[in-house]
Amino acid sequence: MARFESVLQLIGNTPVIDISALSPKPNVKILAKLEGRNPAGSVKDRIAYSLIEAAERDGILIPGKPGQILIEPSSGNTGIALAMVCRLRGYHLKVVLPSNVSPERRQLLLAWGAEIIDSPGSEGSNGAVRLAQKLSAENSDWVFLYQYANPANPMAHYTTTGPEILRDVPEITHFVAGLGTSGTLMGVGKFLKEQKPGTQIWAIEPPSGEMVDGLRNLDDGYIPPIFIDAGGEALLDRKVIVRPKESIEWTRRMTEVGLFVGISSGAIMSGAVKCANTIPDDQEATIVTIACDDGWKYLSTGAWSDDIDEVVERAKKIIYF
Amino acid sequence: MSAVIRIPTVLRQAMGGLAVLDTDATTIGGVLKQITDAYPVVKPQLLNEDGTLHRFLNVYINDDDVRYLGGVDAPVADGDEVTLLPAVAGGAQ
Repeated sequence: MARFESVLQLIGNTPVIDISALSPKPNVKILAKLEGRNPAGSVKDRIAYSLIEAAERDGILIPGKPGQILIEPSSGNTGIALAMVCRLRGYHLKVVLPSNVSPERRQLLLAWGAEIIDSPGSEGSNGAVRLAQKLSAENSDWVFLYQYANPANPMAHYTTTGPEILRDVPEITHFVAGLGTSGTLMGVGKFLKEQKPGTQIWAIEPPSGEMVDGLRNLDDGYIPPIFIDAGGEALLDRKVIVRPKESIEWTRRMTEVGLFVGISSGAIMSGAVKCANTIPDDQEATIVTIACDDGWKYLSTGAWSDDIDEVVERAKKIIYF
Repeated sequence: MSAVIRIPTVLRQAMGGLAVLDTDATTIGGVLKQITDAYPVVKPQLLNEDGTLHRFLNVYINDDDVRYLGGVDAPVADGDEVTLLPAVAGGAQ
């Protein structure tokens, strides 16, 4: 079917592409799930819709009632996805956004009518979360869906992303995804461990802790509540840092299989290749990775066109994950 | 044998500005003991009282999180790079 009543019906059921041409080992298949095909352009469409639907179900938001305000910290994609859903539902969205995200992310938020509240770029997502918590506490009538702690976030992946992956790739042996809120890993990971217990779950993260200022000591650290609630440490099999240079290199290499994807997708692909390299030669494996979004929002970084060392230096100053 | 330990900015002031140090320890527990013996003031930030890793401390051997490699028992080999980082909110797009 190609005719739909609402753009919201276009969320999910994204295609999976075999990109084994990039696998370092002939006995390891790699497939990428293209989340950039969602209508607002990223995997976050799934959770934005899930967060809003849950809030409406619980009576926290009432469709059509004027004057309802939401606040959410986001380094881009969740904010963009929420802005799209809020525009359709008539809610006013305030996004607390670190000032060092790519300008395209900022413009997309404005395109869907969101209001941007800047948080210090040097404090990264930590600073955005802190400021959103403070503003939410000061404005009790604002609705704070809080993607880092809301069970509707991993639930969206447990009920949609996970089942889609197992339906399309029943031979999956490894799932490799990025660790931000941990929603994708907790939701898909829980589903796969239940349905196919031997599946390995690998988390990929940027070296965020190197880039964040403003920490007085380690007690200022942060672990997403949904990671703790889901027993994340027991659910994951490996957690690996991917550096900006590897992320850009693999973002470029994805074009060899025709994929123009965002920088976090390159980082996750680099992690998938590390995962593939751990598989013994006499063992077959099938890795599924998530390509979180397409490359359009990162053109201003010069990721595909400029000298790689310059791009890497720029990438260290922006949030791309 | 020798490996390198990278110290995060948040701990450097308490460690005399040190950013990198060498270690002969063969496990992550040994690496952390070397640090806490020399700089006892940082011990509560690295380890819980039962000797496990502090919840907001992530330790990596060549970018692989040691919590999934055996925790404080994870082996450190010659030429490894051990990185200590605070747990912070990820990109979360």
